Amino acid sequence: MYTEKVMDHFEHPRNVGEIENASGVGTVGNAKCGDIMRIYLDIDENQIIRDVKFKTFGCGAAVATSSMATELVKGKNINEAMQITNKAVMEALDGLPPVKVHCSLLAEEAIHAALWDYAEKHDIKIEGLTKPKSDIHEGEEEEEEEY
Amino acid sequence: MNKLIYLDNAATTKTAPEVVEAMLPYFTENYGNPSSVYSFASGNKDVITRQREIIADTLGANGNEIYFTAGGSESDNWALKATAEAYGNKGKHIITTKIEHHAVLHTCEYLEKQGYEVTYLDVDENGIVKLDDLKAAIRPDTILISVMYANNEIGTIQPIQEIGEIAHEKGILFHTDAVQAFCQVPIDVDACHIDMLSASAHKLNGPKGIGFLYIRKGVKIRSFVHGGAQERKRRAGTENVPGIVGFGKAVERAAASLKERTEKEIELRDYLIGRIGAEIPYSRLNGDRVKRLPNNVNFSFRFIEGESLLIKLDMKGICASSGSACTSGSLDPSHVLLAIGLPHEIAHGSLRMTLSEETTKEDLDFVVDSLKEIVQHLRNMSPLYEDFIKKQSKRQEEK
Repeated sequence: MYTEKVMDHFEHPRNVGEIENASGVGTVGNAKCGDIMRIYLDIDENQIIRDVKFKTFGCGAAVATSSMATELVKGKNINEAMQITNKAVMEALDGLPPVKVHCSLLAEEAIHAALWDYAEKHDIKIEGLTKPKSDIHEGEEEEEEEY
Repeated sequence: MNKLIYLDNAATTKTAPEVVEAMLPYFTENYGNPSSVYSFASGNKDVITRQREIIADTLGANGNEIYFTAGGSESDNWALKATAEAYGNKGKHIITTKIEHHAVLHTCEYLEKQGYEVTYLDVDENGIVKLDDLKAAIRPDTILISVMYANNEIGTIQPIQEIGEIAHEKGILFHTDAVQAFCQVPIDVDACHIDMLSASAHKLNGPKGIGFLYIRKGVKIRSFVHGGAQERKRRAGTENVPGIVGFGKAVERAAASLKERTEKEIELRDYLIGRIGAEIPYSRLNGDRVKRLPNNVNFSFRFIEGESLLIKLDMKGICASSGSACTSGSLDPSHVLLAIGLPHEIAHGSLRMTLSEETTKEDLDFVVDSLKEIVQHLRNMSPLYEDFIKKQSKRQEEK
């Protein structure tokens, strides 16, 4: 059901992890639908993405699209990173099954959310960037159940 | 390549070699149509009758109460639609549960569109129907109660006898989908007051494409497939003779080994449940601990998603299934896991493993060792786990 590239990125995801004191962090998706992506960006003074890490809760496609998205934005400046669409992520993975296209949208949104966070922190405006719509903390209930 | 460890026997089972062997002559030698007059073919009529008796014996029923179908889904469709039609003038209310198989649920939804009313009973946290709820749901116009014998996802076995007694007392027909339970637990249709029962061969080492509906004598139920006079004029179509022979053989085999086989499976099942519960933190057993199918294990692992887990297991040669949305083709996780009260994110991280008579302890040790590694790997990638750990360490600091 998945291409070799998707399987490769699922099996060996690139850039998994966290960045302490990241320049920007974005989390999108929600647990209800079964996909959450978080992207950490380390952006230097020239607005170049020096490092990027991700964490994802989700299916094989969700992991693979996050991994590919981090590869695509690494080393780019923030305006170039803005140009990376879900289509680019999908093409780089040689395609996704139709029911998994939303995973690539989530990857694009996660990048945008991290850039938004960076822009807010540095009080700058990034061309074409709007406030991310999905946020995992929306309507979140404190869960106290113990296992 | 690792050895294949098949733990998806609730999905389907391997057709037993002796079953295949019993079927083969009915393709190439005894291929006659049982309805034909000449002796070459008409012998097959007796062969079918014999299989009906073998099956009926395991249920405490009569051979002429067994109607062959193409499988469990057809049996469920038949039981519900034909009862609704035959008893529609008496009433238009049907009672079922929220955890039925889609063959029942979607048929009920169809009947609702035809003007029937359906009550979907809640279940408790282990997936068991509450008898008081059932009693309260019964109305003067209730014509049918349909409750599955045992659940396909979480393995919970329902109080079928009590449900049957309630239905019987009120004079309401009682149908049970026993696709998972048949030949896994002993069933007595009289003791349980079961009027109709669905079962399928491929869940018990028989072939695919053959099932039956038990219909108690006296239940007026209409034809499901119109045409020839097969199945006492209630289900037309030339009999699937090889399939029926295979089904008979599979039942004979499964009934003979029932006690010994399920005792062994229960031991292994409990071993697997014990090891996972003790060795994988933040895991939860779904379904009743005791009132459970001998071969069913269903766990939720917090902070991870089921499809990822299945792919990782597949890479190790382990076949299992999940109730996550990604594996159901919809955005919602399993309706069964939601009905027992699991939050969506925990339902997404569920794993069902269903054992067979061939499963060994060594297999399960390999599975648990693999699971531990995979669950940790996926948690290390999970933002939910990251948040959880951070929250925990913050709490520790506050103390």
